[in-house]
Amino acid sequence: MKMTSLAVMLALAAVSLAPVARSEAPAASNGKTETKSDKQQKDQRSHQDQDDGERIFEANCSRCHNAPEGFSPRISGTIVRHMRMRASLSAHDEQELLRFFNP
Amino acid sequence: MARAQDTPLISGGVAFFSNTNGGNTSYMPLIEPLIAMPIGQRFMIESRAAILESFNPTSNGYDHSHFAGFTYLQGDFIVNPHLTIVGGSFLLPFNTYNDRLSPVWINNFQDGPLIASLGILSSGSGLGGMARGSAVSHHSYSIDYAGWFSARSGNEQFTATRAFGGRTSLYLPDQRLEVGLSYDRQLQGTHENFYGAHVWWEPAGTAFRLRSEYARGHHAQGYWVEADYRTQAFGGLNSWVGRFEPVFRLQQTFRRDTVVSDGVPLVDTQRADFGIDYNLPHNTRILTSYSRQFSSSGNTNIWETGIVYRFLFPTWKGR
Ligand code: HEC
Repeated sequence: MKMTSLAVMLALAAVSLAPVARSEAPAASNGKTETKSDKQQKDQRSHQDQDDGERIFEANCSRCHNAPEGFSPRISGTIVRHMRMRASLSAHDEQELLRFFNP
Repeated sequence: MARAQDTPLISGGVAFFSNTNGGNTSYMPLIEPLIAMPIGQRFMIESRAAILESFNPTSNGYDHSHFAGFTYLQGDFIVNPHLTIVGGSFLLPFNTYNDRLSPVWINNFQDGPLIASLGILSSGSGLGGMARGSAVSHHSYSIDYAGWFSARSGNEQFTATRAFGGRTSLYLPDQRLEVGLSYDRQLQGTHENFYGAHVWWEPAGTAFRLRSEYARGHHAQGYWVEADYRTQAFGGLNSWVGRFEPVFRLQQTFRRDTVVSDGVPLVDTQRADFGIDYNLPHNTRILTSYSRQFSSSGNTNIWETGIVYRFLFPTWKGR
């Protein structure tokens, strides 16, 4: 008896989870292109950093909680320092995130 | 680039919760303030406290109790990108609920999982030291670790148990998949071992999350699996439909014997939690859920509703 009602609940849950939207493709999750010449890289540098920071933000910052809706740039360094250990950020990730938060 | 990005911050959640369990309704307003204060380039002090009132029904009206205390208070010293040394009173990194999901503004349900007390040594925090960091941080995967020990403490604000433990996890950012293992051992009273495992999967490009944990102690074990999602199909996450967040959690606990040394139910229990959260603008969330709990000591219905506001601001205007 118990198990049947549990099974019904599970089935309900499965149905309700079915239409999970997959419509919006990930923006830039396939990583960076490393084939550019030095000069091109320099030209595109700030643009790429932005993308990289955004990619790192998307891959890491909404895992545990909703990403913050926005905050003062004055605490961006504090937030990154606070989250680096939790989100297992590399030194590079930290730099890119700071750049992303302070365009 | 802008200067002064290291202003100390104040953050946390304020909530008002109501819970109806088997027909009795209790109310709980609470606030969990947090401060994070960088000092110099490598040091940081962080602390969270909880202040709450709880109103529980009695035969003639309501009983009311009050609690205020530190959840943790720690100093973090960043040795290098792979190692941070933590000292003080810190949340025990056992599985994921305690140190990641327990803040009110993060949890999708009002109450924690039934097995939340396994492996966290009754106080949830340790008093001692911890080494923590990212062992490997690669473009396509990262491995992090935490190893800690705690002394015994009877201090009113910072009770702790003599114990040691650790956790390690592997994260694949492209797949958004994380798997981890936790272990700790209590070194006073019964020398009990606790084992934990967690799997989190949050496929990229969706607002779908699947989180699960298994924990085993000497006297009880159990698991939970939680799924939640927000649809982007009706005008994005910030449309009125996209702000709905259905949540489902399935939990089971099993007693291995009848020794009451943990907070896990005294008889084998199964529980299904169905929630609908609504993400309002301005960092406010409404949490509602219905749970059905089955056990040999009786089946109950639990209804919960609440509202949570998350705040985040600098302590003072920049230089
Ligand atoms: C492993 C889980 C996890 C990840 C990944 C994570 N956070 Fe957090 N975050 C937390 C927890 C837990 C808290 C609450 C801390 C507390 O209350 O003790 C928090 C709090 C915050 C806060 C509130 C202010 C503060 O510092 O406490 C902000 C802002 C924040 N996170 C931003 C981020 C950003 C940006 C990222 C991406 C780099 C990120 N988080 C990644 C777990 C995480």
